[in-house]
Amino acid sequence: MQTVKFQNPPSIVSTYTIVGPKEGEGPLKDYFDLILEDDMWGQESFEKAESKIQEEAIKSALSNGNLANNDIDYLISGDLLNQIITSSYTARQLSIPFYGLYGACSTMTEALSLGAMLVDGGFAKKVICATSSHFSSAERQFRFPLEYGSQRNFSSQWTVTGAGATVLSADGNGPYVTYATTGKIVDMGIKDATNMGAAMAPAAMDTLISHFNDTGYSPADYDLIISGDLGIIGKSIVIDLMQKEGFDLSEKFTDCGVEIFDHKNQDTHAGGSGCACAATVFNGYIYKEVLKGSFSRVLLIATGALHSTTINQQGESIPGIAHAVTIDINKG
Amino acid sequence: MENMNKKEYQRYAEQRVPKPTFLKNNTMAFVVGGVICVLGQFIRNWLVENGLDDKAVAAGTAIILVFLGALLTGLGVYDKIGKVGGAGSLVPITGFSNAVVSPAMEFKTEGLIFGVAAKMFVIAGPVLVYGVGGSIIVGILHLLLKKG
Repeated sequence: MQTVKFQNPPSIVSTYTIVGPKEGEGPLKDYFDLILEDDMWGQESFEKAESKIQEEAIKSALSNGNLANNDIDYLISGDLLNQIITSSYTARQLSIPFYGLYGACSTMTEALSLGAMLVDGGFAKKVICATSSHFSSAERQFRFPLEYGSQRNFSSQWTVTGAGATVLSADGNGPYVTYATTGKIVDMGIKDATNMGAAMAPAAMDTLISHFNDTGYSPADYDLIISGDLGIIGKSIVIDLMQKEGFDLSEKFTDCGVEIFDHKNQDTHAGGSGCACAATVFNGYIYKEVLKGSFSRVLLIATGALHSTTINQQGESIPGIAHAVTIDINKG
Repeated sequence: MENMNKKEYQRYAEQRVPKPTFLKNNTMAFVVGGVICVLGQFIRNWLVENGLDDKAVAAGTAIILVFLGALLTGLGVYDKIGKVGGAGSLVPITGFSNAVVSPAMEFKTEGLIFGVAAKMFVIAGPVLVYGVGGSIIVGILHLLLKKG
């Protein structure tokens, strides 16, 4: 079994999202709690700006839930930068026991899965799960300087600038995290780091199939099944190949990276990506729509490409991963 | 995924990527590259009119184009030209200037030594190494063939 069914499903009691200016012009702009006018946010480097974004998202999620730092037993967070510096430097400011994660863009559901296990297992009353990414800090680490005059491939994606934070609690009135399916690494040999949707799609499929087999749910039991950042190409691969595996996802399935930008007008090519892609769409759009009653059961499956530029230059392919969590208005 | 091996999947995934718009890219590269070269010719003519000799004209034209490339990079314009022009703005000497100035600007946050100076040639370095290296090999061949 790859899936944990929570006996006492933790409740989501508070969330907060911050996004950059470009995301704030996208189709989901009304769902984000704070839209920055300047993605440097008064800081002197992109890395420091990203850290401030994550810190403020965590602090605001706590104050949204009328919570203080010492009400929280664990902070579980991660990001894209080397040595997950964003998360560590954020945790430096917060004085909350801290687990740092690296799951690339799958970090949101990795954090939610582990956070829910800690709460359900009785090891914590409340945990906060957070992640962030920043277009400019990711570009300089993984790709080219901002002012370099290069052309981007059609399959390339746009790293979302922003952060999302979720407070999970042993008490609360929902929505609840009812299941978590932990992904296995799947690597089908894609080496092109500008086509990460194709690299991650097989991992998403593997986790989806395990989830349906383990839980007995079918796509019809969900109001929404949404992946993290497969983008337009990865999404179309998952729908097509899942059909061949006998799962019809065509109506219920979409992707946070497809939804967050208007690809025709915002020039984001295959869609959004980055840890903040799943984090801001989940803590903004999905959570608020679940509270409104638009969705009663959602499967969030954040996807990660676990490579680095170094190993990629050595000729290795890109290992993909996907972790899924079920968000339900009922305890399951 | 059991019914597809890695090779088949890679081929399948490649087919899903939209093909680059070759005609549009080539046309834009021709236009943008052409404009930069025409600009270079104007600068050259102007220098000749001002009485510079051949060597000084060649150096002066390159210096002015490199300066313009650096200026437009600093003003945040050259990356936009590059997005449209592709190879047309990459190949001329202004593109080389952009390749040096853009990392120098970007890595200013890591200081003047480990940032600006160390990272300045991160893109242009390979061009320098293989450009200079290639010219040395050609030079040696030329010398040998001439003697023989």
